[in-house]
Amino acid sequence: MPESRINLHVKALARAVNVFYGEKQALSGINLDIPENHVTALIGPSGCGKSTFLRCLNRMNDIIDGCRVEGSITIDGADIYSKEQDVVQLRARVGMVFQKPNPFPKSIYENVAYGPRIHGMAANKKQLDDIVIDSLTRAGLINEVNDRLDAPGTSLSGGQQQRLCIARAIAVRPEMILMDEPCSALDPIATARIEELIDELRDNFTIVIVTHSMQQAARVSQRTAFFHLGELVETGATEQIFTNPRDSRTQAYITGRIG
Amino acid sequence: MVSGHIVKSFDDDLNHLVSTISEMAGLAERQLADSISAMSRRDEQLAANVIEQDKRLDDLEADIDAQVVRMLALRQPQALDLRAVLVALKISSDLERVGDYAKNVAKRTLTLMQAPVIGQATSTIVRMGSIVGGMISNVVDAYLNADVVKAQEVRARDLDVDQLHSSLFRELLTYMMEDPRNITACTHLLFIAKNIERIGDHVTNIAENVHFLVAGENIAGDRPKNDLSSSTIITVGDKTA
Repeated sequence: MPESRINLHVKALARAVNVFYGEKQALSGINLDIPENHVTALIGPSGCGKSTFLRCLNRMNDIIDGCRVEGSITIDGADIYSKEQDVVQLRARVGMVFQKPNPFPKSIYENVAYGPRIHGMAANKKQLDDIVIDSLTRAGLINEVNDRLDAPGTSLSGGQQQRLCIARAIAVRPEMILMDEPCSALDPIATARIEELIDELRDNFTIVIVTHSMQQAARVSQRTAFFHLGELVETGATEQIFTNPRDSRTQAYITGRIG
Repeated sequence: MVSGHIVKSFDDDLNHLVSTISEMAGLAERQLADSISAMSRRDEQLAANVIEQDKRLDDLEADIDAQVVRMLALRQPQALDLRAVLVALKISSDLERVGDYAKNVAKRTLTLMQAPVIGQATSTIVRMGSIVGGMISNVVDAYLNADVVKAQEVRARDLDVDQLHSSLFRELLTYMMEDPRNITACTHLLFIAKNIERIGDHVTNIAENVHFLVAGENIAGDRPKNDLSSSTIITVGDKTA
């Protein structure tokens, strides 16, 4: 991607972010810009802090005992760690998709309808139906489930369940979607469907994805950030990171020389 | 290379690729030297040998193609490794062309033996050949040692080859004007000189690829050029050549 496209609106901005789990420091001094309507991939070996950073972006770390976040993270210029920030509202704006598909033990319809209903986004059944159908359409699942919206979400295949979780995430019209290894439990065909979906979704959402597959990061993202031992080592256009990384640690990691 | 891969067989693959390139370059350098030696000594046997040996360069190029396809498919190389694989493919293609030109010099040598000897022309060609041979040897060193400075020197050296080619071009045109019976031999010598000049260009390509391999970006600045032969006109009575 040409560097000029990076000068777009910065959706989320992290400055001097430190994260501690009790005494242990998991992240130090993270500065990262996340551009709007782009896919930003976070890569790095296990334990490097990439998932920790992802969870800072919708304050998922709040629920972990002893976890402390320092520094500043803003979305559209507003500090998401300020006292005025409503965390439930934040998580509606910043949705999340997890490694293992985790549909609610409810029908396909109810999985998608749940969020819009609790956030009061539909005035009547018709509006709710529209949101559900629209979300399933955008998640590329509608043709496979149109005739069985009442079937349990758990009756779907793994790849379908993950797309159901994406439909559930986008049903509340978030601005950002965080994905924590969304394909690691899926076969290559289901993985390709999700990657194609991610590419379509970035027209409307800002996406941050954590992945252990460097090929996947290369395929789906426009920006890549490499984390190592709790530091952000290098960030840049995905093309540059995978063809000509500037830091020797990035080079060693993406070429399979350090784990 | 930097430190080794976690998967050691990937290092073995890369080392094998580099050693095949090295073998190819050694062979190409010898083919060039032999073809010029055959021309200057009018050695029919050596010329025939150069023609025969060209097949080996073609085979090595095919071997490198196969190695590269296999590594791209099975290893999915990134960054430095990706450049190493791509650059090997390009260098082998340049070296194969070097071999083709040397073979053509040998073929023309066989024809030249049936024509009269032309002035000092062959000694100029020998000088060109020795410069270009040195460039091949240096560019292989630059490749094996990831030496961008040496690669840059090779690129600059091509200027001397261009200059010799331009002056030889004028010289041969003059011989042809002096006596039309020289035309056959001079024409073949012109092509031989052109072949060597083209080999210099391919070696310059290799030098630029070595820079890309090491630095991750294309070498800055235009390629130095000083071959005036394509705009040279000599008219009857012109004694300046």
